[in-house]
Amino acid sequence: MNRAIGLHTHAVVHGVDGISILKVLTAAEAMKGQYSLESSLIWESWVPGAAGSINFDNGAGISINRIRDEGAIKPGDVIRLRQNSSLVSVLYRRGSKANTLFATEQCNSDCVMCSQPPRNEDDSWRVRELERTIELVDRDEVQLGVSGGEPTLLGDRLGHLIDHSGRHIPETVLHILSNGRALGNPALATQVAGRRLQHVVWAVPLYADVADLHDEVVRAPGGFKETLDGLYQLGRLGARVELRVVLHRMTVGRLPKLASFIYRRLPFVEHVALMGLEPMGFAKRNRDQIWIDPADYMSKLKETVFHLHNRGITTSIYNLPLCVLPTQLWPFAEQSISDWKNVYAADCEGCLVMGKCAGFFVSAGPAWRSRAVRPIVNEEHAA
Amino acid sequence: MIRSTALDAGGAQVLLSNDLGDYAILSADEFEAYKLAPDTMSLDRRRDLEARSLLAEDSERQWSQLEKAAFNTRKAFLLEGPSLHIFVVTLRCDHSCQYCQVSRASIHSGKHDMSYEDATLAIERVFESPSQTLTIEFQGGEPSIRFDLVRYIVERAKQRNETEGRKLSFAMVSTLHHLSDEDLIFCRDHEIRISTSIDGPPELHNMNRPNPGRDAWERTVSAVENTRKILGPEGVSALPTITRAALRNPEGLINQYRDLGFPTIFLRPISPYGFATKTRKAIGYDMADYLRFYDQALNYILDLNAAGEPFEETYTAILLRHILTPFHSGYLDLRSPAGAGLGVLVYNYDGRVFPADEARMAAETGDDRFAMGKVSDPFDVLMSSEAMRWLATGAVSEHLPGCRNCAFVPYCGSDPVYHATIHGDPAANRSGTEFCQKHTHIFQSLFRRIATADAETMRTFVSWAMQKPRESVPYCGWIDQ
Repeated sequence: MNRAIGLHTHAVVHGVDGISILKVLTAAEAMKGQYSLESSLIWESWVPGAAGSINFDNGAGISINRIRDEGAIKPGDVIRLRQNSSLVSVLYRRGSKANTLFATEQCNSDCVMCSQPPRNEDDSWRVRELERTIELVDRDEVQLGVSGGEPTLLGDRLGHLIDHSGRHIPETVLHILSNGRALGNPALATQVAGRRLQHVVWAVPLYADVADLHDEVVRAPGGFKETLDGLYQLGRLGARVELRVVLHRMTVGRLPKLASFIYRRLPFVEHVALMGLEPMGFAKRNRDQIWIDPADYMSKLKETVFHLHNRGITTSIYNLPLCVLPTQLWPFAEQSISDWKNVYAADCEGCLVMGKCAGFFVSAGPAWRSRAVRPIVNEEHAA
Repeated sequence: MIRSTALDAGGAQVLLSNDLGDYAILSADEFEAYKLAPDTMSLDRRRDLEARSLLAEDSERQWSQLEKAAFNTRKAFLLEGPSLHIFVVTLRCDHSCQYCQVSRASIHSGKHDMSYEDATLAIERVFESPSQTLTIEFQGGEPSIRFDLVRYIVERAKQRNETEGRKLSFAMVSTLHHLSDEDLIFCRDHEIRISTSIDGPPELHNMNRPNPGRDAWERTVSAVENTRKILGPEGVSALPTITRAALRNPEGLINQYRDLGFPTIFLRPISPYGFATKTRKAIGYDMADYLRFYDQALNYILDLNAAGEPFEETYTAILLRHILTPFHSGYLDLRSPAGAGLGVLVYNYDGRVFPADEARMAAETGDDRFAMGKVSDPFDVLMSSEAMRWLATGAVSEHLPGCRNCAFVPYCGSDPVYHATIHGDPAANRSGTEFCQKHTHIFQSLFRRIATADAETMRTFVSWAMQKPRESVPYCGWIDQ
């Protein structure tokens, strides 16, 4: 059984004034001079549990040592340190496919299964921190997520963030999770989404083919229409669009018909992600309203996946273990759960396909697991 | 506008559709409820109709931006401009097919070839079209007996395109009998797609298509083999003209195509243009007879597919693309506004320009109303000609009598040239015409099959509509009901 590696740990921290966002580098990489020394922290691999900076400019070096969770920080990562705090937060992890910039905690929707419930307080300080992080991300990074909250609430500051990534990590694709509602405004849409078209994917949740059902899920009257208006603007601009559907009791009923709606009204969508529930935040609180055993929606999922796939729309299944899916759907299943919150179950012992399986969210206790979970031991299936 | 049409005589199932091509298949009870009190329909069914913009109140409200975009997508061909440019390089042919009396001239004629001067002017017209995609298709007569003109036009058009940068391609309709290896190598090097006529088994083909040696079938089949050798296995396609004799044995016709290694067939009733009434009595038939043949042929083809052998009926595939996708197939004869002139131009051997192949055939019988002008006339003059104005009166099905209330209209076409030729008026009332009879029957049968949703049939339908190999559609997935 593997163990999820968290994004936060503690250490003995010295020399931080205010907040420092630093790139952890090996001495060899630091010598290349890609990052300034005051933004670097040199990894001294020969000292277990320690990393320190050598700051030739002012001599007031920052150092950290006695890191509690040694696996949490590695060369290439970007970390945040605070004055008078032992907390070390990983903002970017080299080699992870799940790096996400957290744009804001504010949101204009209130989704019934939100795993990251919004907080409506001013957190505009985050933007400066994100800009700093972007400057320190590996130049060859393929993808960087932008999440929230609702990132478009930043307005044109989100546009500037996109430009900033264009300057510092021009090859990296930003994958922005947004409900798209604010983008229904053509001027704002042009301003925010009309730039770096090939390097930004807008990942927009859509939960039904009719307004009342979608609005019930996002608990925002008018949300369906606003999201569709936003999607229209993204289509008009030629932006790259992904749709995301969280699978739960309120959304699976009309799922195949949602697929038809997507193809008929939003044929410019390049990817549809069908996602198992993450039992966090509101999802836990609203379990009675949303829980359905995935085994009970497999036939609808299959109709949906093949409707889209046959029509040339790339389709993925996230967050569902292979044992729950009919084998015809295995080619669509991704190992989608971020490494730092990904685990396998005790039941998985002896499973032949565990290496290709999404596994479970660390937050998904037995009550959130399908009755269909079992080790795949049949060699034919493992082929 | 929302339209409804019964899928069978008794009205047990009714198709509801809108201008965007969204549809729902309602039972008789559902349709009653829909008409009288939609609130009494089940919530799920009401939501189906709402999601497909089919609720009655949708007729009143303004379209959303996405709905407008869906309509524009379906009609995108309209803004493209003529993309198919047919060059009749000669009307001469050594075949004397019964169904082709006016679109051929004697092989010895001295006055049925296109002049180099007219060919040069026609190429100018081709590039005046705003279309980014241009296909030049060589027809006849038998174009290969003037392959020198074919070479000239291909080379000159390509040269012209060096500065134009359009997506330019070539096609040729030919008996193949006169194409030398050298000609075929030219076709290969310039990627000229070739299609030929095969009317069925040898006796039928030779009866329909007499040539001087009375060996049309043998020569065609060996030429197909040679063409494939040079152009590759996909280098030549074939289609039959269905005469009365072919109606008896659809399986035999299809098997002939399978035996010759063709993965598709385009079933097409005999064209009413271009042959005398007494000939029609010999080789023609009622539309009802043709449709019996079509049903039998389609059943047989669907059985082949279900048994694991991919084989496509191309006309059905075109109709299914219109039904199962938000896109138009591009097919010229099933457009509204019509493809005539707007999608295709025909440059005749005599230097006249026509809006459709059928229009030039009608003109051969002495009816000048179909001619747009001459190849020396600029594109804008041709497009605003009397002929175009006249045909435009019957170009938009959504407003034509017989079509405007029909639920199949988003998937069908207006074909004003056909109606002008047969009924004397491009805007003739469509109800009851053979055109309408044919399409109503086929649409009813396709939608009934969609309602039945047999898994293998739906797999075949989806692979045809999406133009994907059948093996890449392992499961049909959801199909709207």
